[in-house]
Amino acid sequence: MSQPLITAPVADTGDTEPAGHTGDTAVRGRRRAGSGLRLPGHRRRAARTRETGVDRMFLFCTYLLLCTFLAVVLLPLLHIVASSFSSPIAVSSGQVFLWPVDFTLRGYRTALSDPAIITGFLNSFFYTGVGTLISVTLTIAIAYPLSRKELFGRGPIMGAVLLTMLFSGGLIPTYLVVQQLGLIDTRWAMVVPQAIGVWQVVIASTYFRTMIPDELYEAAQLDGCGDLRFLWKVVLPLAKPMIAVVALMYAITQWNSYFDALLYLKDADLYPLQLVLRNILILNTNTNGATDAAAMIERQQLADLLKYSLIVIASVPVLVIYPFVARHFTKGIMIGAVKG
Amino acid sequence: MRYDSTVEPPRARSAGGSPGGITRPGMGLRARRSFARHWTLYLLMLVPLVHLAVFKYVPMTNAVIAFKDYNIVKGIWGSDWVGLRNFQAVVDNPAFWPLVRNTFTLSFYAVIAGFPIPILLALALNEIRQGFFKRTVQLVTYAPYFISTVVVVSMTIMILSPKIGLVSQGLGFFGVKQVDFLADPDYFRHIYVWSDVWQTAGYSAVIYMATLAGVDPSLYEAARVDGASRLQKIWHIDLPSLRPTAVIILVLAVGNIMAIGFEKAFLLQNPLNLSSSEIIATYVYKTGLINADFSQATAVGLLNSVVNLVLLVFVNFIAKRLTGSGVWS
Repeated sequence: MSQPLITAPVADTGDTEPAGHTGDTAVRGRRRAGSGLRLPGHRRRAARTRETGVDRMFLFCTYLLLCTFLAVVLLPLLHIVASSFSSPIAVSSGQVFLWPVDFTLRGYRTALSDPAIITGFLNSFFYTGVGTLISVTLTIAIAYPLSRKELFGRGPIMGAVLLTMLFSGGLIPTYLVVQQLGLIDTRWAMVVPQAIGVWQVVIASTYFRTMIPDELYEAAQLDGCGDLRFLWKVVLPLAKPMIAVVALMYAITQWNSYFDALLYLKDADLYPLQLVLRNILILNTNTNGATDAAAMIERQQLADLLKYSLIVIASVPVLVIYPFVARHFTKGIMIGAVKG
Repeated sequence: MRYDSTVEPPRARSAGGSPGGITRPGMGLRARRSFARHWTLYLLMLVPLVHLAVFKYVPMTNAVIAFKDYNIVKGIWGSDWVGLRNFQAVVDNPAFWPLVRNTFTLSFYAVIAGFPIPILLALALNEIRQGFFKRTVQLVTYAPYFISTVVVVSMTIMILSPKIGLVSQGLGFFGVKQVDFLADPDYFRHIYVWSDVWQTAGYSAVIYMATLAGVDPSLYEAARVDGASRLQKIWHIDLPSLRPTAVIILVLAVGNIMAIGFEKAFLLQNPLNLSSSEIIATYVYKTGLINADFSQATAVGLLNSVVNLVLLVFVNFIAKRLTGSGVWS
């Protein structure tokens, strides 16, 4: 095998296809194995020219397709951001495309001076923080024992957890439970009923089972380390990346949710940001009524602008952590997919 | 000694079968031993299990109110049994069947439209070299997944708005007159489905891309040796590699057909497009919580859940027959 390896670059300068291919494969194989052999420039070119015209056409189409995807996703987002920085009149008359017209921060000033929005923001931070803490704690508390193979009853319990993914009592029966517990119109209704996500339990449990070696536990046990201490001192520090992923999943879900609030909360002071947004953006509830026509038009224009600014404001907290999330979520999805 | 007694037995057992003749300890003994040794772990599980019981399993038993005439004063178990009367009322209600049709059409359309696009995106991304462009496309297409439903719906409404929206600006440029897309029931499905594709295609593509990354490189090298074109490589290597993943995703999507998201349909709804936007989930919400007809709403919800479960099991069965891979074995 080493013979063609050395001669390949020399031999394969022409169009002698079979020789070229074996040489190519061997070199690549060697390269992957970590040898210091480098391809000379002309070998590279030779490999490249083997791409036919059809292939190049195909690659061009691929890039075209990807650019289309990029544009379709990006244009609406850019339009929203550009609009949020434009003047109310420009927005209302539809002049804004992808660049702000008559740059102004009025939309943001208006949004941030609305007490309902500020309250919503603070509530959302609270629900996200507390909710994530509760969720992660409960998830680990059930996922870790379920990852221990020797635990009696592990299978049926896991089955009981998974069953809730397939079948649920439904909206009203769940509402009745929350009502009976006296959680309606309290902050607890936002963080307790949905605290455990089955998917996250599966991810966490799979991670514990596959990433924490059994030997570690055996060694710890020999040293007289109990289960809880082992979990706290050894497993959790090792599972930090997974915990981060699960926490982010919960946090983003919590930040983005409005439905529980719609169901369980009546007091506007408890509303999370998303519900406040829904009332302003979709139901068009603008509190103070205007008196004369000119003021009404002015108000309407500002209301339009306000919507764009609000969208940006509401998405900023998520977008700030997005690059981090994007990197780690992929792993999280894959851990779950191994099992699922 | 301690090592032997604590760690080895479970291992010997998990080796399974034990044709050598070692008898398994009885269930009771194993339970008692496991509990004695790991009582702290059981204790740890207690709170989450109680949580699951209260918020997942009690609602399942609460669903009996579908068979009762629920009365707040009498409570769930004290209310009078009415047998299938609630279901009868649901089925007899002429408003019910359009709901079923809407739910079914909407989610079927969403599954069909949402299925191929992420695969296309993943295949295309897989073809190009690692680099700035690839990373950018991935990062950008993945981002909408993290935007909240409220925001996505508001964006959709604003972009489609006849007065100030981006789309009507564009159409106006070509001389098409303004259309109020959201007030037209005919457009509702398209808006719902394509905004969903917009939001989730990048996310779904990630799963396919990870599958493609796991394809044995020797397959591609063999293809190169045989002089396969890029298209042939996609057709003969990439697509067959994606099949198991695609089947699972499709099965799950079809299994969820009747459980289509309440949140988005509810937000996109307005009185004008109600004839195609009212789906079972939104109807349950309105009947149950706005009109306070708890029993009737639960009956509708229960019917929906059961249909959903049957559908999932059925599709999984078909998928296993056709392709040899399903969600569970």
